[in-house]
Amino acid sequence: MDTAQGIISNAQVQELIDIVRKVHGFDFSGYTKASLKRRLTRIMLLNKFEFYDLKHVLINDSDFFQGFLEEITVNVTEMFRDPSFYKAVNAQVVPYLSTYQHVKIWSAGCSTGEEVYSMAILLNEAGLGKKSFIYGTDINTEVLREARKGIYSLRNIKSYAENYQYTGLKGSITDHFTILYDAASIHNELKQNTLFSVHNLISDTVFNEFQMISCRNVFIYFETFLQERILDLFYKSLCPLGYLCLGSKETIRSDSFKSKFKVINQKENIYQKVGT
Amino acid sequence: MGPDKKLLERWHDAQIVLFGGSAGSFKILFRIIKDLPEKLGKTVILIIHRKKNFFSEIEKLFSENSRMYMREIEDKDILKTNTMYIAPANYHTLIEDGGYFSLDVSEPVWYSKPSIDVTFESAAEVYGNKCAAILLSGANQDGAGGMLKLRESGALTIAQEPADAEMPEMPRSAINLGAADYILTQDEIFKLLLS
Repeated sequence: MDTAQGIISNAQVQELIDIVRKVHGFDFSGYTKASLKRRLTRIMLLNKFEFYDLKHVLINDSDFFQGFLEEITVNVTEMFRDPSFYKAVNAQVVPYLSTYQHVKIWSAGCSTGEEVYSMAILLNEAGLGKKSFIYGTDINTEVLREARKGIYSLRNIKSYAENYQYTGLKGSITDHFTILYDAASIHNELKQNTLFSVHNLISDTVFNEFQMISCRNVFIYFETFLQERILDLFYKSLCPLGYLCLGSKETIRSDSFKSKFKVINQKENIYQKVGT
Repeated sequence: MGPDKKLLERWHDAQIVLFGGSAGSFKILFRIIKDLPEKLGKTVILIIHRKKNFFSEIEKLFSENSRMYMREIEDKDILKTNTMYIAPANYHTLIEDGGYFSLDVSEPVWYSKPSIDVTFESAAEVYGNKCAAILLSGANQDGAGGMLKLRESGALTIAQEPADAEMPEMPRSAINLGAADYILTQDEIFKLLLS
């Protein structure tokens, strides 16, 4: 089990953060330490590494890093996680989106794409499928490869059936997939309006203008100062009156951003950009 | 017979109190949240296994009935005295060095999210001997490893007497692992909490 903690000290965590930044150019210094430590401990246990082994491969084995990146970031995701959120988007955001000729949405930290396709299904059901485009970004190229495929295990897809039902969307989740043996492949019409690309929220900047940005359960891994920097990026990436969706336990805490984002749904943490 | 003097002292010294509960713990937890005084002078954290429900029934029921101010944990909430926190469903709850919570959606531990182990371990790292942990009824082994970490870091650790628990597996696992300072029945637990 990955329950062990405390194998490495705080100073050692800091040492690894420095190595990763210097050697690989990824800055984890704004990540919350308890979670980071847990992930690092897990990587050490999985590979049967001592601290020095991990340090060694991080410096000398460039192939190791991609897998490390995949393990250090949490890539657990679901389709229609928090069904009440999708319900709220349908009721409170979709009417706004439908006023646009073209709808651009950014799913930041999209991992293996489940949220992007959930949103694609929702928009398609709302009749906006043809005119909307969803960008999914992540720092991790491996998960993006999976996202692009849009193929999931049938067992996983079936486990989201209950979520789907609670969103109030018609039919069942498998209606949106082509099933072949134990694989479920998202319908092409849903996939064609998506683009998956590498983007690092910590070091990359604005790349387009969006009517809606969804960044859910990403901020939980970031310290508040880093959250604020990324809120600024989101603010600049949204068109006037554009919507920002955070995870259901993630709130905007900073006073300066509270005045820039109006709360649309307190429980689901849906915000609207105000001012310019 | 009341709780012994040493136990009482350690309980009174504890600043953070953690409760872990799973199957069969609802009744005792409900009584705990009803009975704990508004000004306990401690921070209380509840980690309860439950299906990721979409309607937050336990949270609602508990907050309507607790005397202490109760709050479902949100990301980066600061730990405050005289507040009862409940770990949200479908997240792990961690405690950070600066005295605030952080959440995590990573893989379940012992098929559970929230996992009691995850929060207990993290409390042990940050608060060590300032903690008291009470592990209640449950049908799996979650919490045992975390409670051992707490005990090793000087925290007061209590397992519910398995014979007295609806589901004995969880407290029994902790006892077998040598994680429990004390093994108490429900009545003894209440005497301690209200002492």
